[in-house]
Amino acid sequence: MNRPPLIAIGLLAACVLAYEVLLTRLFSIVLWHHFAYMIISAAMLGYGASGTLLTLLKEKVAAHFGVVYVMAATALALLMPAAFLLAQQIPFNPLELLWDKTQLAKLLAVYLLMMLPFFCGGLGIGLVMSHFGKQASRIYACDIFGAGVGSLGVIGVLFFIQPPQALTALTALALLATAAAVAELKMRPKWLMELFIGLAVLAAVLLPGIRAHPSAYKDLSQAMNIAGARAVEERSSPLGQITVVENTRVPLRHAPGMSLNATSEPPPQLGVFVDGDGPSALTRFDGDLTQLAYLDQLTSALPYHLLERPHVLVLGAGAGSDVLQALYHGSVAVDAVELDHNIANLVSQRFSGYAGNLYALPNVRVYEAEARGFVNTSHERYDLVQVALLDSFGTASAGLYGLSENYLYTVEALQAYLNRLAPGGMLAVTRWLTLPPRDALKLFATAVTALERDGVVNPAARLVMIRGWKTVTLLVKNSDFDVREVASIKEFCRARSFDPAYFPGMRAEEANRYNILLQPYFFEGAVALLSPQRQGFIDQYKFYIEPATDDRPHFFRFFKWNSAAELFALREQGGMPLLDWSYPLLVATLVQAIAASILLILAPLALSRCRRTLPSAPVALYFLAIGLAFMFMEIAFIQKFVLFLAHPLYAVAVVLCAFLVFAAAGSWMAGRWQAENKVALAVIAMGALALLYLAILPSLFRALIHLPDAEKIIISVALIAPLAICMGVPFSTGLMRLAGASEEAVPWAWALNGFASVVGAVLATLLAIHLGFAAVILLAILIYGMACAALRGFA
Amino acid sequence: MVEEVLADTAATSSYSGSSAFSHDVIAAMKKVERHHFVPSELTAVAYHNRPLPIGYGQTISQPFIVALMTDLMRVKAGDRVLEIGTGSGYQAAILAEIAGSVYSIEIIEPLGKQAGERLKSLGYRNVQTRVGDGYYGWPEAAPFDAIIVTAAASHVPPPLLQQLKPGGRMVIPLGTQFMTQYLMLVEKQQDGSVTSRQILPVRFVPLTGGH
Repeated sequence: MNRPPLIAIGLLAACVLAYEVLLTRLFSIVLWHHFAYMIISAAMLGYGASGTLLTLLKEKVAAHFGVVYVMAATALALLMPAAFLLAQQIPFNPLELLWDKTQLAKLLAVYLLMMLPFFCGGLGIGLVMSHFGKQASRIYACDIFGAGVGSLGVIGVLFFIQPPQALTALTALALLATAAAVAELKMRPKWLMELFIGLAVLAAVLLPGIRAHPSAYKDLSQAMNIAGARAVEERSSPLGQITVVENTRVPLRHAPGMSLNATSEPPPQLGVFVDGDGPSALTRFDGDLTQLAYLDQLTSALPYHLLERPHVLVLGAGAGSDVLQALYHGSVAVDAVELDHNIANLVSQRFSGYAGNLYALPNVRVYEAEARGFVNTSHERYDLVQVALLDSFGTASAGLYGLSENYLYTVEALQAYLNRLAPGGMLAVTRWLTLPPRDALKLFATAVTALERDGVVNPAARLVMIRGWKTVTLLVKNSDFDVREVASIKEFCRARSFDPAYFPGMRAEEANRYNILLQPYFFEGAVALLSPQRQGFIDQYKFYIEPATDDRPHFFRFFKWNSAAELFALREQGGMPLLDWSYPLLVATLVQAIAASILLILAPLALSRCRRTLPSAPVALYFLAIGLAFMFMEIAFIQKFVLFLAHPLYAVAVVLCAFLVFAAAGSWMAGRWQAENKVALAVIAMGALALLYLAILPSLFRALIHLPDAEKIIISVALIAPLAICMGVPFSTGLMRLAGASEEAVPWAWALNGFASVVGAVLATLLAIHLGFAAVILLAILIYGMACAALRGFA
Repeated sequence: MVEEVLADTAATSSYSGSSAFSHDVIAAMKKVERHHFVPSELTAVAYHNRPLPIGYGQTISQPFIVALMTDLMRVKAGDRVLEIGTGSGYQAAILAEIAGSVYSIEIIEPLGKQAGERLKSLGYRNVQTRVGDGYYGWPEAAPFDAIIVTAAASHVPPPLLQQLKPGGRMVIPLGTQFMTQYLMLVEKQQDGSVTSRQILPVRFVPLTGGH
């Protein structure tokens, strides 16, 4: 047993990191959010708790190293699917979080279950590290290499198999890792290796039955409950799991917010759901445009009554409803941009006959691209840029996206769209109506800011907003609206009983006529947002309607602490639905992260013999600080790279992998670097790099966002590498310094760093929502600076 | 529970347009026992003023919202009422206490059957239930004095508006399960034209102070 099980460690680390990334996909399918912050926090908790256990049971474990390692690896294999399956058995329902106190306990149970596989993984890797201490650098290299391959590899795998099957594959891989360990450690009996290989094969063959069960309250679950519903197509990629639902008994009829005056109904449709959310409609089209009259009864039809035969760009074309709407209104050409190849393919291939070969029509061009990337690099000029309404009413209105980054509705995004307009062109954005107004006013404020940043002196002359009973459409023109257009807007609204919320020259009595509110909230809000008192209005408004920016792209965050107490007090009088659940959930997760990490990482040490070796205040501060700062950087960059890499999953995988691999490289280099003040130098370099990135990343992303995914991943890794190398220096250097001064305090260093990482992952998300990514990164630099000061007190 | 709901009415009155729930609504809310309509494991919380899950991803609405919706419908004795989305049958039972006849359609088969049997066993002879597509209403029983659409729909089905009597009222809660964001009241005028009113159930003024 003289050689460490390097292959086994590489495989084990690959499993653990792949599992971490995979969980973000699975959570998107089962619930409404990727929960990246919670999963990273749970992973850190698992690692931290395993470190504490190893410290406490070092001698006992050392005597049975091989057996304990194999048990840990086997437990990892079993717990990866088991923890996820068990978590699905817990009836955690975020929608009930504010009604039902037991939901908090259920959330904690999910969090702790998610932690268990990481605990086993951490135990295995930690065991090998401590047992083969002298070969730690080789072990570390294999560990990090495996982790890097795992986190990126799982993305590749998800192009070919569905997430639940990937979970099975990981189970099989973990069992193979166990078999490899048995072989490398030359353990007996010899048939043990064959046994684990056999189990791996069995897992691969038998386990594909594991299914992710979406919440019963997700749109797809609800649609499938209807008599006659059947899934006619399922596709999966890292971008999402697509389900196409047909129901011939109770057909889907999707016409969001159709005028109450309408007499026509939509033709037969198929429902397209992504990760169980939706539906967006794939409408049967036989070339007869008269069948599509309902599309003229939506608020989104307004721009077509102001433009003659426009050249249209549809961003987020999905299954083609907005393309049909453009064609119905005589558009001369339509460019449709859709990110997900699988969705575009449904219309262009699988259901092309049903959809009337919509995406193959001579005047329709389809681009599989990310909207911002397409707009930044396209040279076309459009009369109309239409941002499609793809999310579902239920999830949007219940605040289910409160924590999600969304780069479609930021000031910079609107500027980019406006930049693509031909003279006299318009941008149209349709959102669901929420009451009291939230999305609509935030969007309006965002548009005002975008126009101002573009140097428009009088934004009021270029904005129009109308509302129906369920949707709101905002128009932004790149020149002033004229009298003729205003007359057309009024007539469009009158004929469909829609209300103008704002148009240039609008009088108060023209608001609130058809869909009557207690007060003309939309008109009053729009006028206030165009007045010099705008900031005061935004500050006083009981929901957060500050314009979203690329630095704070949480368009769907409307939560304000001031209003939360008032709404909670009104919970039994209908106030509860106005409280976004996602935000209290984040706070609850933070509280449980703190409690769980104190209980599982710090308390066991404090109660053991280690209580006699408490570290000095500077040491404690140092390891806390660098744990917190590292997580702040990592989470902020994950969220920042969502824009560039076009999807949260890509961002999580790529940024995690890059930070891990290059921080490890930094650690390794620090060991060979003799400079006395290397931590300070590394922190200065890291701070300078981070500041440079804050300055240049927006323009760099704009210039490169159109590149293929593979190239963007390489660029992302290259950007993060130098930063992560610098960030790898403080931990290993501090540890070496501490080992020289008081070795018995080393377990505390690990534990405190683990604690800070668990809390930091959630805290960074909370701070990013409040302060923006730039502030989180600046805070991280500041905390690293404090760590440098604390390091001086080590002696 | 009813007392709580009544206490909440005063706070909401200025938004719902009525100073208090009508006597009929209050009497119906007092008479209909909610514990018959929730799953047995939730009996203990049946009289809490909150929405509760009833299976199949559906909920029984918060009693306060049920009272508010019923009140907005202004149902009178002898009225003919259509409900799209039977759910547990609780709303139908409340309506049946006031109206002459209630016709209720549920799209989820097992839920519709359970609710039908439940209403029958509770003795509601004036409620007729059906499992099926609510989009085309119940033409044989039309026109209706009031219609309530509790099933999620992207738009108001034109056939339902056609089946509403002139002078009739339609109420639609908007939001998602557990989360009624706002209510829409559609009023059909004598000339056949319709107006809609969006009602926030909660007394919560978003615009604070002058601007």
